Amino acid sequence: MRLRLPSGRTLVLALPFLWLSLFFLAPFLIVAKIALSEAALGIPPYAPVLRWTDEGVLTVVLNLGNLATLFSDPFYFDAYLRSLRVAAISGLLCLVIGYPMAYAIARAPEHRRNLLLMLVVLPFWTSFLLRVMAWIGLLADNGVINNLLLAAGVISQPIQLLYTDFALYAGIVYCYLPFMVLPLYATLSKFDPVLIEAAADLGARPWRAFLTITLPLSLPGIIAGFMLVFIPAVGEFVIPELLGGPGAQLIGRVLWMEFFTNRDWPMAAALAMVLLLLLVIPIAWFQHMQGRASR
Amino acid sequence: MSRGMGRLALFLGVGYTFLYIPIALLVVLSFNDSRLITTWSGFSFRWYVALWNNERLIEAALLSLRIAAVAATGATVIGMAAGFALARFGAFRGRGLFGAMVAAPLVMPEVITGLSLLLLFVALAESIGWPSERGVTTVTIAHITFAAAYVAVVVQSRLADFDRSLEEAALDLGARPWKVFLLITLPLIAPALASGWLLAFTLSLDDLVIASFTSGPGASTLPMVIFSALRLGLTPELFALATVIIVVVSVGLLIALKLGRVASARVEG
Repeated sequence: MRLRLPSGRTLVLALPFLWLSLFFLAPFLIVAKIALSEAALGIPPYAPVLRWTDEGVLTVVLNLGNLATLFSDPFYFDAYLRSLRVAAISGLLCLVIGYPMAYAIARAPEHRRNLLLMLVVLPFWTSFLLRVMAWIGLLADNGVINNLLLAAGVISQPIQLLYTDFALYAGIVYCYLPFMVLPLYATLSKFDPVLIEAAADLGARPWRAFLTITLPLSLPGIIAGFMLVFIPAVGEFVIPELLGGPGAQLIGRVLWMEFFTNRDWPMAAALAMVLLLLLVIPIAWFQHMQGRASR
Repeated sequence: MSRGMGRLALFLGVGYTFLYIPIALLVVLSFNDSRLITTWSGFSFRWYVALWNNERLIEAALLSLRIAAVAATGATVIGMAAGFALARFGAFRGRGLFGAMVAAPLVMPEVITGLSLLLLFVALAESIGWPSERGVTTVTIAHITFAAAYVAVVVQSRLADFDRSLEEAALDLGARPWKVFLLITLPLIAPALASGWLLAFTLSLDDLVIASFTSGPGASTLPMVIFSALRLGLTPELFALATVIIVVVSVGLLIALKLGRVASARVEG
């Protein structure tokens, strides 16, 4: 008798499949479960969804109150809207700054490109928190920018830069820029400059050639870069917390507060669940583009 | 043409100025003798000495390095298997779900990943008694999970554009698949594995949000300590720490660039 051993193929697949099912997929089901349970005093601070009644009957106690609060309380609703807006504007700002950079790197002499790309990525490899700290040093009332402006006589007293929307956007764009430049560079460097020369030979002006050829061809890179900035930025916590003003109640910050300050785990889970539902479409789109790119 | 080149140089100049002014500021201020960022009172190494003597920061840094090394190794193993399956197994049942699980952590907001993993650990502790407490182990598991996605992408893209004829030749000559993998595929994707490992290491070292959710009392990672210090205000010791990190990373990347150039020169003959 021969035992059928699992093939190597199955083993290679099983390891990541089981790991991700347990530590990535299962947690979302638990989030959904706890979002539907009531807050309670105790550890952990929520009441079970499945309960035995006194007569010994298993009952399901669902609490839709958290979700109802999310939609009725303008505080939460505004936080979602504001997060989506801030993330979208940040994505566009990254595109405006990142596109010319990626374009210039892709057109640079070949032996320079690696160095230029490395210079884009280098800040990303250093500590994220310490880069945010640098912006505090630049923007604070007694920071570098205010000092320079005071010394130059442009202003007579410090202007508020830190804890404003300006600081929020500066921080997000600064930290997420590499995620925009890299996919843009990847698409722009593949493309054949002969197309542009052909357009020029046929009499197209550079601007028109850019709009009708370069831009459409780099669209996959634009979409990938935008998604890589937009999706994580929607849930960003650190930058609004350290650079944004008290009004910058973005959803990541609200969720953090519900969890760590108010200790309302079901509310935090409900916030996470709705955030995930909001992001399902962009994430699915991103994966669709990834799948197409890898084929 | 020269006008075009000038414009390209201008794009790069603006972009790199934006990227490097904050970094230059960190480096300059780390050598400032004064505690205030407003005044330059002379060149000094005193903040580096203070950093060296700051036990809380050093201890947290050592803990973070330990977690990052283990997490990066675990993420490389899992990410390599996932990337290999996605690049080589063609269509298999569950590929859609598998691909989604591998790629989703790349863009998932950290607060969601952190909260969902914490709730999983709590549920597990309640039902099977493990993990009995949250700390180094739970943070490491969390970091493996989100960093594996990055390794998978690096490995998958490396496998997607590489020549399979060597592997096919070995198989034709009768080598077993495992032997082919160990002797041919693995050495060829080794650079991708190395950069995947480094990426996972950096991501783990840098993570505040997921670690804050999944850690427990007594296990404060470096970003957690920096974050609580930052809430109280800027301290020059942190400028010194930033400068140390910047120097280490720059040297590392320069070496990688040089090695990469040597390797590609060798391949191209």
